[in-house]
Amino acid sequence: MSEIRLMMGNEAIAEAAIRAGCDGYFGYPITPQSEVLEYLMAEKPYERTGMVVLQAESELAAVNMLYGGGAAGKRVMTTSSSPGISLMQEAISYMAGAEIPCLIANVVRGGPGLGTIQPSQSDYFQATKGGGHGDYCLFVLAPSSVQEMADFVKLGFEMAFKYRNPVMILSDGVIGQVMEKVELIDPIPRRTQEEIIKECPWATTGKTPDRERNIITSLDLDPIRQEKHVMNLKEKFEKMKEDVMWENIQTDDAEYLIVAYGSSARISQKTIDLARNEGIKVGLFRPITLYPFPEKELERLSKQVKGILSVEMSLGQLIEDVRLAVHDRVPVEHYGRVGGSVHTPFQVLEALKEKIVNKY
Amino acid sequence: MDVKFESWKEIIKDENIAFKKTKVLTDNILSYCPGCGHGVVHRLVAETIEEMEIQDQTIGIAPVGCAVLAYDFFDLDMQQAAHGRAPALATAIKRLYPEKFVFTYQGDGDLAAIGGNETIHACNRGENITIIFINNGIYGMTGGQMAPTTLEGMVTSTSPYGRDPKLMGYPLRITELIAMLPGTYYVTRQAVYKPAYVRKAKKAIRKAFENQKLNKGVSFVEIVSNCNSGWKMTPVEANKWLEENMLKTFPLGDIKVDGELVKEL
Repeated sequence: MSEIRLMMGNEAIAEAAIRAGCDGYFGYPITPQSEVLEYLMAEKPYERTGMVVLQAESELAAVNMLYGGGAAGKRVMTTSSSPGISLMQEAISYMAGAEIPCLIANVVRGGPGLGTIQPSQSDYFQATKGGGHGDYCLFVLAPSSVQEMADFVKLGFEMAFKYRNPVMILSDGVIGQVMEKVELIDPIPRRTQEEIIKECPWATTGKTPDRERNIITSLDLDPIRQEKHVMNLKEKFEKMKEDVMWENIQTDDAEYLIVAYGSSARISQKTIDLARNEGIKVGLFRPITLYPFPEKELERLSKQVKGILSVEMSLGQLIEDVRLAVHDRVPVEHYGRVGGSVHTPFQVLEALKEKIVNKY
Repeated sequence: MDVKFESWKEIIKDENIAFKKTKVLTDNILSYCPGCGHGVVHRLVAETIEEMEIQDQTIGIAPVGCAVLAYDFFDLDMQQAAHGRAPALATAIKRLYPEKFVFTYQGDGDLAAIGGNETIHACNRGENITIIFINNGIYGMTGGQMAPTTLEGMVTSTSPYGRDPKLMGYPLRITELIAMLPGTYYVTRQAVYKPAYVRKAKKAIRKAFENQKLNKGVSFVEIVSNCNSGWKMTPVEANKWLEENMLKTFPLGDIKVDGELVKEL
């Protein structure tokens, strides 16, 4: 039976991992997401489902453990926060190149550098434009509630294995730390050895006499073959658009639009109510997948509005994808606090009036 | 090969075969320089796997360095790790598949420099894996730069006047270092430059794989090897130089057996 609990986002993602049939979690403490590893260590999932939980010596080691486990066909995940995710870029790039499924959650904090431990959304570029070296994309999911923190674990694993690609849950310190009601799914059993071999015939599960050896590598010194490989990856990144997700909130009669994801979308939802109380017809467009970006739906909405405010806790990263989607058809402006400061619904409303409604 | 006279066809007849390559090695031509120890160590690892009949249960991790293409030569399911990270990959695979045999094959730059942290922590956690460590005191693949294991005074392309410990630090004996950790169960240093040593190295590798059945921790086999290309010597000169110089800093023999130190460190 599904179960309703009051949980913080970091606990929800941990519990959801156990219930999603995750085989292994490899992590390293960093604020504001250390509760994930703490919850798993206390919960002893190795007794509940046989899931492995290991505290690695660094984010570098943790993510390379994902590379090892994922390449062997297992459902593996890690979580970290911004500085830790920067360290992980090496193996993320290797896994994208070698086409290894895995799930990585970034509970974003303010940067650059050690920055702050407070929430931010300043890792948008890193998450959606590759992040490490080479031509690649991650499938990126942006939860805006504790419920979605939990739901996106199962969905994330599905996408990771569907596309044989790392999937990132791009959360932030607000969603990780906030407590909300969450409905947890019934536990899905971990796959058997036979099921893994059937689902992942490419995985390093041991070379049996009935097949050729499986090799997991991102290396091919022949530029013609490597080019073909990268072009195949591109095709895959295009195909991901089939699974694009978004949410429209009060957009039907909207004359203005706020575009925001994650916690900024939650905050902006309140802004919309405040604005409508003042007679400003504004709607909210919330991308749920940040890659693939829901560009077609945003383009459609852009045709009915006079202006768009892109709201994110960064200097303006999401806004680039918004502008690409609307082709300069309507004015697009940015608003957002940075460095760990979180905007209020009233500040967003003020910005909406000043930058959009009063101008266009 | 003498294709003109086709005499080789006579020679390879079944009745003439005195030595056969193990089936755990593929037919791909090794990418190693003639005279290099890698080929011998590949054969010893592959023979061990064949003799133990664990080809279908073994997962190997290739490093970055000269052995980056090891997956072309071992007829095994293999993964190629980022530089130095092989012990992290092996950790996860072994924990997720405790019944499989998992080994890493790494050089000295990979294992002792960039992967020093992964090596130390996998050893300290007592991961039940086998680590094959080839130490030739140099970065071979990138063209002979100084490694953490480069001897004092040794000339490399990044220590062109010889390694000066005051500027460049001392040769790192990581094998002695990890032997101190309670997570290691078997730690030994071997060589393959003479037939007698090849036989000893084979026994050590066998033990290192057999130990995985005991679940007692890391089995770590260092092989002191040559790099005639990087050292700018003929293979014969390189082997002589190895014996006269490398073995002073890296003496051969068991360091830890069955979890007990057998040598004063």
